[in-house]
Amino acid sequence: MNVVNGHAVIEIDKVTKTFGGVVANKDISLKVQEGAITGMIGPNGSGKTTLFNSIVGFHPIDTGSIKFEGNEISKLRVQEIARLGLLRTFQQTRIYGKMNCVQNMLISIPHRKAGLLDIFADHRAEDRERAEHLLEFVGLYEKRWLMGGDLSFGQQKLLEFAMALMNEPSVLMLDEPTAGINPTLINGLIDRLKRANEEFGITLFVIEHNMRVIMNLAEHIYCLAHGELLAEGTPGQIQNDQRVIDAYLGAH
Amino acid sequence: MKWLVYIAFIAISLAAPLVFPAYTQQFSALWVLIILAMTWDMQGGQMGYNSLGNIFFFGFGMYVSAVVQVSIAHDIGEYTYAGGINVFQFTDGQYFTGLVLGVAAAGILCALLAFPLGWILFGLRGPYFAIGTLGVAIAAGEMVGTWEWVGAGQGISMPPFPGNPDTAKFVLYIMNMITGMVCFAVIAWLYSTRFGLALNAIRDDEQKAEGMGLQTLWIKRVCWAVAAFFVGICGAIYGNTVGFIEPLEVAFQTIYLGIFMVVAVLLGGKGTLWGPVVGAIVFHTLKEVTWTHFLGWQWVALGVLIVVIVVYFQEGIMGWLQRQRPEWFGIRVESREPEAEAAT
Repeated sequence: MNVVNGHAVIEIDKVTKTFGGVVANKDISLKVQEGAITGMIGPNGSGKTTLFNSIVGFHPIDTGSIKFEGNEISKLRVQEIARLGLLRTFQQTRIYGKMNCVQNMLISIPHRKAGLLDIFADHRAEDRERAEHLLEFVGLYEKRWLMGGDLSFGQQKLLEFAMALMNEPSVLMLDEPTAGINPTLINGLIDRLKRANEEFGITLFVIEHNMRVIMNLAEHIYCLAHGELLAEGTPGQIQNDQRVIDAYLGAH
Repeated sequence: MKWLVYIAFIAISLAAPLVFPAYTQQFSALWVLIILAMTWDMQGGQMGYNSLGNIFFFGFGMYVSAVVQVSIAHDIGEYTYAGGINVFQFTDGQYFTGLVLGVAAAGILCALLAFPLGWILFGLRGPYFAIGTLGVAIAAGEMVGTWEWVGAGQGISMPPFPGNPDTAKFVLYIMNMITGMVCFAVIAWLYSTRFGLALNAIRDDEQKAEGMGLQTLWIKRVCWAVAAFFVGICGAIYGNTVGFIEPLEVAFQTIYLGIFMVVAVLLGGKGTLWGPVVGAIVFHTLKEVTWTHFLGWQWVALGVLIVVIVVYFQEGIMGWLQRQRPEWFGIRVESREPEAEAAT
């Protein structure tokens, strides 16, 4: 069972982000509960990835506030936010293509626990062990000496997920973790996401297009449309919300 | 096996100037190219930042050591102003103290300078970084060329070595050799630590590396500072080997060594430990042969070589070897212990 103690680890308050004349996010407020799995859905172009990018500091926001563990982070840079323990994966999947899987893992150790000079340290045996253990966890152990770039797209997604776990974040934001993965692997991935949440205690915030996946996974779901927050609630409430159905069918 | 290669390499390096004393200066020049190629590959090969301006540190180090070596006995302004009319004497003590201090100062100042320079230049990516660094080297050459205090376009005559010229060549060769070996050891060690993987991560996807919390700007600047340290020392020794330094052809020689170091790395194999060393040896030999036998056509031959490498042989000698014999490089493709795994 997930421990939901009502404490919000990410608090987004009235965030607006525009690109020229295009309003990508308008007055969005939402909360991610510590220890829970929170979902975010919405049609293409509804501003989900923009919101993710704003949270991790990829671009500055126009107005509003973003708090992580009670501290304002909307002015921090990407590395600083990652080093607080708030990590994201990418929709288009990003791994280090000319390094093998083990190397990809070894360089993903939690840098927030390291000082400036720790970069000159040798690779520790426990890091290697953890890397192999996590590669086994996502099912890539047999492929561990292959170059990241030689893996299939689905395997790269799994590698990216394993790298994120290696980093020991307190919150992991996943941008469409199942996109491009074949249907038989999807069930395994849902299972692993839940285990990452329960066994490693990582709070998850997931963007997902696959309704079956998100309804299965998340305890609380936000729905965006046209850059605005349209609805929120439990999977049951969201599924039966007429506004959400209209947004997806194009009535909006 | 690995240690045999190292021992053989050291033995050959020591024996070369003793067996072929007439070629000592050639061997010195080869070490210079090896050092420049190895340090260039740290950024260009391992980190993916193609610098065309590393030669800046070569010239800067050379001038730093010249100023230190002359100033230890004389006023540098008077020394360069006289331009060889007055005879300036250096005692043995002054010469050797100056040489040691000059070389050390060259390395340290170049490394320190790499930090502020890196802070400005590492905001540039791809071709902009290449052109930006090239601009620094060219601008430095032009500026030194108008600076009377260090001899402007006239240059500086380095203090002469007290004693037999052959001894001078041998001493400077040994200095180059030690610098080259220490440089190789430091780089090999760096590649074995987290730092090596961090460089590769920046090469493969810098935004991802930032997103994972790597302190990319610090890593990039340290990488450049290590390169600058050895290039500065190398430049200081080269100034003494040549005996007379001037800004455009000797110190900030962008079109000679500035390009040769890049060609040597491409030929030997980018992003490999031994590639720059092998590339430098092959390139230097090729260059000396064309310079001797095709004089007048040497630049054409060099141009053809560059085009051939870039078009047909991008992986370089070591890259090719690595693909043919991955096991020599400890590269594993399949998991090695299938029985052990089956047993557990």
